[in-house]
Amino acid sequence: MTRIFRIGFIGLIFAYIYAPLGLLIVNSFNLSRYGNSWKGLTTQWYSKLLTNQSILDAAGHSLMIAVTSATVATVIGTLAAVALLRFNFRGKGAMSSLIFVSMLTPDIVTAIALLVIFLSLGFTLGFLTLLISHITFCLPFVIVTVFSRMKSIDSAIFEAAQDLGAGDGLSFRYILLPLAIPAVAAAWLLSFTLSIDDVIVSAFVTGPGYDILPLKVYSMVRVGVSPEVNALSTVLFAISLFLVAVAHFLQKYGLASSAKQQSTC
Amino acid sequence: MKKMIKGFQFWSIGLASSWLSLFVLVPSILIVIISFLSTDVEHFARLPLTFSAYGKVFDPLFLVVLGNSLKMALMATLICLLIGYPFAFLITQLPQKLRGLMMFLMILPFWTNSLVRIYAISFFLGKKGLINQSLQWFGLIDQPLNLLYSQFAIVYGLSYLLLPFMVMPLYNALEKLDHSLLEAAKDLGANSFQRFVRVTIPMTMPGIVAGCLMVLLPAMGMFYVADLLGGGKNLLLGNVIRTQFIQTRDWPYGSALSVVMIVLLSLMLWGYLKSSRSVNRKGGLGDSDF
Repeated sequence: MTRIFRIGFIGLIFAYIYAPLGLLIVNSFNLSRYGNSWKGLTTQWYSKLLTNQSILDAAGHSLMIAVTSATVATVIGTLAAVALLRFNFRGKGAMSSLIFVSMLTPDIVTAIALLVIFLSLGFTLGFLTLLISHITFCLPFVIVTVFSRMKSIDSAIFEAAQDLGAGDGLSFRYILLPLAIPAVAAAWLLSFTLSIDDVIVSAFVTGPGYDILPLKVYSMVRVGVSPEVNALSTVLFAISLFLVAVAHFLQKYGLASSAKQQSTC
Repeated sequence: MKKMIKGFQFWSIGLASSWLSLFVLVPSILIVIISFLSTDVEHFARLPLTFSAYGKVFDPLFLVVLGNSLKMALMATLICLLIGYPFAFLITQLPQKLRGLMMFLMILPFWTNSLVRIYAISFFLGKKGLINQSLQWFGLIDQPLNLLYSQFAIVYGLSYLLLPFMVMPLYNALEKLDHSLLEAAKDLGANSFQRFVRVTIPMTMPGIVAGCLMVLLPAMGMFYVADLLGGGKNLLLGNVIRTQFIQTRDWPYGSALSVVMIVLLSLMLWGYLKSSRSVNRKGGLGDSDF
């Protein structure tokens, strides 16, 4: 009896989580415009999506921002993780607390803080401000992800490298980076997802003429139900699923192989 | 060679610290300064220094909005806790292999666009949505309920979006729970209810507080949830801040609201750190325990 109750409860929670998403996916194939009842299978919303130039543009912008910001954040963040791990410098404590604080700050406060600095510096809102903002909110997550992985590396390796004459640059290039690469890849993917999903910060720092996908969806949904949004959401959901699967694979396979590498060192 | 080492150190430290200073530290200081300035619609803010923005924050009319926003965020937190705790608890009872899969399925929607999920909820709660249709099909109601565009819808949306943030810390806390403590309590004659209330809950308190914070803090800022599910009548703190910056251009007021939000956040964080320290103290077997 308790067993049935337990399984039932877990099942109920998953139904709560997945029912709205399932409904959305089913409706993206529904001939009925308002999705009240099933009127037959169609892929017309998907073909409409493919001919909607403003959505395609927004998708292109989103992809551009996500790839660029994830890459820049990963480069800066990985170097910062190395600095926090290996070097002692003035302001190290301040830097760690700044990272901690910016992770905990609600998005809405990050958004207005960035808007204020951009307008005070006289930036025009658009591509550049979006890019800087996305790098800014991804950076702490990259640093934390990469740092926690690097911390688990046996520091005797660095001493050995130093004895053999490798400087900081060389030991980063040939030891730290290869060992931490799964975490670096995971950090990139995390940044990519954070960037492509962001609504709150982007809504503040983008200008007219540079629409990105979440904001486009936002304005479409505010007007009312539109079956193209169902199709678009299904596509986005499928892409996220794919990325999560890749991330999972990287973490599992990558960590196993680098652990092996480490043990043979 | 010496120079290259210096170069690597310089870039690795310099890039991130200057980025964080310019785009995190300086803007935060600016927000605090602006909150003490006077309103100027054209130039965003101007001297002289004043407390008038804070005066507006504590204006009774606004306090109603703040109270409502806080109430909705707290209700969402409570719902997440009431659903999330038993869920996380049941997951830890499962075999090791299933646990990973269950947590994966719980976190999976977190990776998809939150706007898409809120849109899905509006679909779900609508007059001809699944809930109303199935309630009518079962004959429980004659007329469809007005679920959408209400405080209920906002609370539903918030708890739907933020449930994984509650479950993750709870799961971590419950998984680490030392079962010998429960056995000891059993040996000393505690029944299962007493064991739960006097051992499990206190020992997982840091997880509970962390989960509540992770739901409560973002909940107050999610203006698009209130926008899409609340129908523009029911506002969250995020909507008010957004209006000040985008529409009415009252920057000092918007900044003061953010400062108040950050102060609330810091107080809660402080409470969290205190509670986790006290549990760590109690968790270890100190001399006083004998």
